[in-house]
Amino acid sequence: MKTTGFGNKVFDTVNFTLVLLLCLMIVLPFWYMFVLSVSDPFKVGMKEVALIPQGVNFKSYMAVLQENQIVNAYWNSIRYTVVGTFMVIVVACLTAYPLALQRFGSRKAITILFTITMFFSGGMIPTFMLIRGLGMLDTIWAVTLPAVFGFWNIIILRTNFQSLPRELFESAYMDGANDWRILFQIVIPLSGPILATLTLFASVGFWNAFFAPLLYLTSPEMHPLTIILRRVLVANEVLSSEAINSANSLVMDPIADAGRTTSIRMATVFVTIGPIVLIYPFVQRYFVKGILVGSVKG
Amino acid sequence: MRRGWPHSLTKEYRLNKHLYLMILPAFIGFITFHYVPLYGIVMAFKQYDLILGFQDSPWVGFKHFASFFNDPYSVRIIRNTLLLGFYSLLFGTLPPIILALMLNEFTNQRWKRIFQSISYLPHFIAIVVIVGMMVQLLGPDGIVNTMLVSLGLEQIYFFNQAEYFRTLYVTSGVWQGVGWGSILYLAALTGIDPELYEASYMDGANRFQRIWHISIPGIMPTIVILLILNASDVINVGFEKVYLMANPAIYETGDVIQTFVYRRGIVDRNFGFATAVGLLNSVTSFMILYAANRIARMTKQNSLW
Repeated sequence: MKTTGFGNKVFDTVNFTLVLLLCLMIVLPFWYMFVLSVSDPFKVGMKEVALIPQGVNFKSYMAVLQENQIVNAYWNSIRYTVVGTFMVIVVACLTAYPLALQRFGSRKAITILFTITMFFSGGMIPTFMLIRGLGMLDTIWAVTLPAVFGFWNIIILRTNFQSLPRELFESAYMDGANDWRILFQIVIPLSGPILATLTLFASVGFWNAFFAPLLYLTSPEMHPLTIILRRVLVANEVLSSEAINSANSLVMDPIADAGRTTSIRMATVFVTIGPIVLIYPFVQRYFVKGILVGSVKG
Repeated sequence: MRRGWPHSLTKEYRLNKHLYLMILPAFIGFITFHYVPLYGIVMAFKQYDLILGFQDSPWVGFKHFASFFNDPYSVRIIRNTLLLGFYSLLFGTLPPIILALMLNEFTNQRWKRIFQSISYLPHFIAIVVIVGMMVQLLGPDGIVNTMLVSLGLEQIYFFNQAEYFRTLYVTSGVWQGVGWGSILYLAALTGIDPELYEASYMDGANRFQRIWHISIPGIMPTIVILLILNASDVINVGFEKVYLMANPAIYETGDVIQTFVYRRGIVDRNFGFATAVGLLNSVTSFMILYAANRIARMTKQNSLW
């Protein structure tokens, strides 16, 4: 379409500027926190630091990565995310495949059974009682297993399986290949992008999960990063490394101490969102496609 | 192929036994983690007793429901939940649509993609980080208060004054969700027939007229569907963010049904009562979804079912 002419130029410029401003509003808070995390604690304490880093150093990151609680929480977040995401993908593949096949007699009944769960839930307390009754409190299963059985992922994957050329796996079936081979050797290899999308969504979900860990994990050594972050960022708890840091500084300097605390908190934030921000640019071209597939039939 | 149950049971078993094996884990999982808690709702009608256990605890009928409506806080948490949800819907619906329309007018595809990627990013950041960011920016030592002081104004304790809670909650929600919310509208915009735009160009329509007469009508069905879907969120206000943002000093505006259920149920172990309140919440939520769908149907727009 032609977009020449003075009016169009003005429109384009104004339009571009407004969206640019919005994007700046999104990026600047992150940038500000990053600047605080790498700046000289004294300058941070004096509130002289805003958008330009001053006295760049990575001591806060060193302090965070030497903090046992955070290292432990990091490990917990990683294992919850990996185990949870793996189970989500396996269950979604195994469930979406039968539901995508016309010849599967119980297809309708099971679809209805699973769809109902999208609209009705027992709620917080009955689910808590169940997890407790199963003896899963304070285990990795409490924060991973319940999230595995969501119908949304399965619908997205089923829709995708149905859109594959039918002849491909029906001819394999006629040739005597069993369903396991068809699923693992034909259907799954053809579903790369959608599986990448589901993996991204699931892993971000587990990584950012707060509600389930808050409810089901009682002992501190099981806590993931999000729970530690609440204590540090929102409840203003002081980590032991911050205390050690200020004890080690030779001169008592309340301003630098305050700055150091802020710096370390901001470093904790970036250590937490780091993995997401780092892999985000590489996977984001997949997920737009993914969410659209889901919305077509959802 | 015929629909429904195409063959006899024996044939079904012979043909599809592997399929049943595949779906077995999900079947067990959905029954366990969705249907068992649904059955657990009967706890709302029982006086839960730790020693007697779930099955043998005595029935109390609607006692918990009655005591909820007699609770001095019930009106407050219902009001807070509905207002928070309503404001989120009111102020959260339009910005993604506007952003999508603006991005759709971009002629430079490269910049469009870059801006899209940036605007989606906050969606992937944990709520606790967003709240922590707000605390950092708006707290007593934050940049906002530093500026207020340097301008000779008084410090504002944003997180300890009830009147700021809703504004902060809704604004940060819009900030976090505007980009992600625009995806579906953008997709709908891409689906509009380019010939419509060409024709309007021939007729001398300007950019605003094209947006008004082609783009917006083109995405109207999407807008209605998403409004229906989001309508039930009016009562399903996210637990995490409210829990993270609020403290007892601002419960006047910052206490909602879900955080109330959490405190009474998980913290105080008043399981029966908390289940009853949770049940009221989910029943209302479903009724809102149902009503919104009916209204959409009556106006002959698209509906969910």
